[in-house]
Amino acid sequence: MIKVTYVAHDGSRTDAEGELGDTVMSLAINQGIDGIIGECGGSMMCATCHCYVDEAWVGATGPRLDGEEDMLESAASEVNERSRLSCQIKLTEEMDGLVVHLPEEQV
Amino acid sequence: MSFSQATLIEGHKPISPASGIPAWDIDPYDVEILKDPNAYYAELRALGEVVYIPRYSILTVGRFETTRKVFSDHENFLSSRGVGLNDFKLEDPWRPPSIILEVDQPDHTRTRKVMSRALSPKVAKGFADLFHETADALVDRLLGQGSIEAVADLAEAFPTTVFPKAVGMKDVNPRYLVDYGAMVFNAVGPDNQLRRDAMSHAGEIVPWINAACARDRLTKDGLGALVYASADDGTLSEDEAGMLVRSFLSAGVDTTVTGIGNALWCLSQNPDQWDALKRDPSLIRATFEEVLRYTSPVHTFGRTAGQATEIAGFPVEEGTKVTCVLGAANMDPDKWGDPEKFRIDRKPVGHIAFGAGIHGCVGQNIARAELEAVLGALIKKVDRIEPAGDAVWRPSNAIRALDKLPINLIPN
Ligand code: HEM
Ligand code: FES
Repeated sequence: MIKVTYVAHDGSRTDAEGELGDTVMSLAINQGIDGIIGECGGSMMCATCHCYVDEAWVGATGPRLDGEEDMLESAASEVNERSRLSCQIKLTEEMDGLVVHLPEEQV
Repeated sequence: MSFSQATLIEGHKPISPASGIPAWDIDPYDVEILKDPNAYYAELRALGEVVYIPRYSILTVGRFETTRKVFSDHENFLSSRGVGLNDFKLEDPWRPPSIILEVDQPDHTRTRKVMSRALSPKVAKGFADLFHETADALVDRLLGQGSIEAVADLAEAFPTTVFPKAVGMKDVNPRYLVDYGAMVFNAVGPDNQLRRDAMSHAGEIVPWINAACARDRLTKDGLGALVYASADDGTLSEDEAGMLVRSFLSAGVDTTVTGIGNALWCLSQNPDQWDALKRDPSLIRATFEEVLRYTSPVHTFGRTAGQATEIAGFPVEEGTKVTCVLGAANMDPDKWGDPEKFRIDRKPVGHIAFGAGIHGCVGQNIARAELEAVLGALIKKVDRIEPAGDAVWRPSNAIRALDKLPINLIPN
């Protein structure tokens, strides 16, 4: 199992355990974590799965994938250099312990 | 190995299914099934992870996880050989293939990027005023009429008014747009009466559609112009831009017509859910998601195995056509618990009515914006939606749409 911690905008933390191949988005949906909507189900069409990868984990999650940049332009909250679409972060062993921060709003 | 035309079944290679895959002697494109598919969906799921349909020599999947997996597995299950029963590698398609829907990576990546930029959430938001004003005016007009036939009066009237404007089309012919959609979607089925009837209009409609997609037939401020901008910067050729505008017209009208009709059907059949929506308008978007899950406007699309592969552990030979029954997956009790209930508070994130993965509907933001406007106008102005006769379904090889929906809109 791969542990992911979601830090809400108000600072509250929720831990979830995912499997290889889950995405940070799909895990949040399955665990009922507020703050990630994932309206398009991961087709990179909605930007309602925006998250900020914690500084310590930027290396493990790697750079944005092709097309993410464009869709992030439609994100409801501020986009910074750690912004990712969480549906494009597929969990790997190296991400065990991953921390992501959630934006104030997604729509 | 090569196959002569005569050995093909529905334009694809016949298969010998792996042992253990149950065979089911049924015609999934029988009009009675298409009109009322839930029993077929249930039986398909009950039979197994994957089922062999001898009549068309295809494999079919309908359980949620397997359907989602096959439909989004673009490496093993190709789109470039057609998303219907014809294998484009073995037989020429009825029209030049779509350069977004019917291509694989890496070709797909380039055109998809252009389209997802042109149809982004931001762009869709930009149409909100047009959509809301049009929906408000349309509903006001209908409220004066007493009972209406909601398919023609509302479900077709709304998209055929706003969508050509959004695209920036100078040529307007609502009937052709609806009939072109019927052709495109019936064409993914077998060579049955539905497909032949839809195709019988091709001679008249196809040239009109192609002409309407040309640069000089489009305004400078619509979705069409956004696509042609990619021809100006060299990302696309002029012809490719025209082809992508054609995709708007193929995929963007019939689908939203169906979405609106099905939403009205769901809400007229479930007055308690209508009341719940009136009480809490913040559930508009969630309501549409549930309509999509519950009715799956695109009920079945297919893929072709690009190489020997497997489904749920069963070997699948190269060239196998696999139909993915999105409607069955969206009604799978293993995934949804009580799928037969239409519940606007379900929030069915992950339904596959818009597909999944790299080909997932690129027009979904526009579709949601249209539905938000229509449902928004209705809950503002209408007290109750009452059936005024039996709903009649319009069978199609890929779309689950109404033909007639008589209803009364009772004003506030
Ligand atoms: C309720 C409305 C709609 C439904 C149910 C729907 C459904 C779908 C589905 C299931 C797919 C996946 C096809 C596949 O994977 O083979 C798809 C793709 C597509 N849709 Fe939609 N659609 C809708 C509205 C629209 C609209 C309004 C547009 C245009 C503005 C559109 C344009 C497209 C295009 C171009 C594709 C191909 C995307 C690709 O292959 O990358 N759709 N749609
Ligand atoms: S879930 Fe829609 S872009 Fe990630």
